[in-house]
Amino acid sequence: MLITRRVEFSASHVCRVPSWSDDQNRATYGEAAHPHGHGHNYLVEVSVGGIPDPITGMIIDLKDLKQILEEEIVEPMDHRFLNYEVKPFDTVVPTAENVALEIWRRLNERLHGIPAYLHRVRLYETADLYVDVVGGRDAK
Amino acid sequence: MILTTLTRRYHFSASHRLHTAALSETENARVFGKCNNPYGHGHDYELEVTLHGRVNADTGQIVPIERLDDYVRERVLDRFSNRYLNVDVWEFRNLVPTTENVLIVITRLLEQHWTERFGNDGPSLARIHVQETGRNGFELEIADFERNVDAEPERASVQSELHSRRFA
Repeated sequence: MLITRRVEFSASHVCRVPSWSDDQNRATYGEAAHPHGHGHNYLVEVSVGGIPDPITGMIIDLKDLKQILEEEIVEPMDHRFLNYEVKPFDTVVPTAENVALEIWRRLNERLHGIPAYLHRVRLYETADLYVDVVGGRDAK
Repeated sequence: MILTTLTRRYHFSASHRLHTAALSETENARVFGKCNNPYGHGHDYELEVTLHGRVNADTGQIVPIERLDDYVRERVLDRFSNRYLNVDVWEFRNLVPTTENVLIVITRLLEQHWTERFGNDGPSLARIHVQETGRNGFELEIADFERNVDAEPERASVQSELHSRRFA
């Protein structure tokens, strides 16, 4: 069984490989390579899998999940320029793929050791583009 | 092991009429209802294309989005957008443009030149989803595609299979 919680953050980013020429960056990332960056309202859907506890009826305490999302996503990323303010995006290009993978890693670490497990992180960069990172109970 | 997929949503507006020469006028009207009205009608379709593949270590991307956009535009949107599917898109000359069939035709169009455009070690198609209205959408997992759909969607067997599923 899966339970999904949604959270939003707004941030700016720029997609450029520093060692590449302007033309090469432009060819790869299009408008996302404009050097001073641009912003999105990111929407994250976090799906946690597990079996409801026989007493509480909960897969995970939603207060705890909300707190984890707040600490790992909203607090560090909301209203930030990802490349300058959020590691590892000082050295890793903050494409939607990499932002989703980073959120996956942060959440997966926090959810270790509890009966529930992280099943999927879906990151919408815009309404028309999203990335899924999907793992199982033993995903690292 | 984690799997990373990227999904891009596209939009096109098109008209269609659900009607098949295999059925009488009365049967067409009964099976397709309002969708059989003689002059056709239109929808704002949404098309979601999902890829899976390695995230490139340098670029952080599964695929440069503009390359995907170009391909989907060339293969599908330029031909479907603002058209009457029954008449303007030859694949539907003998195939009822139900959303199931629109999905199958789009999947074939995207698969046809995929490898030559994106390479053997590039991303692969994972899933195609076509949304006809807010309440009506269909999707194909590509792993299921080869198994479940005949190579030639013009064949009556595909039509009748879909129709029997839809109206069972």
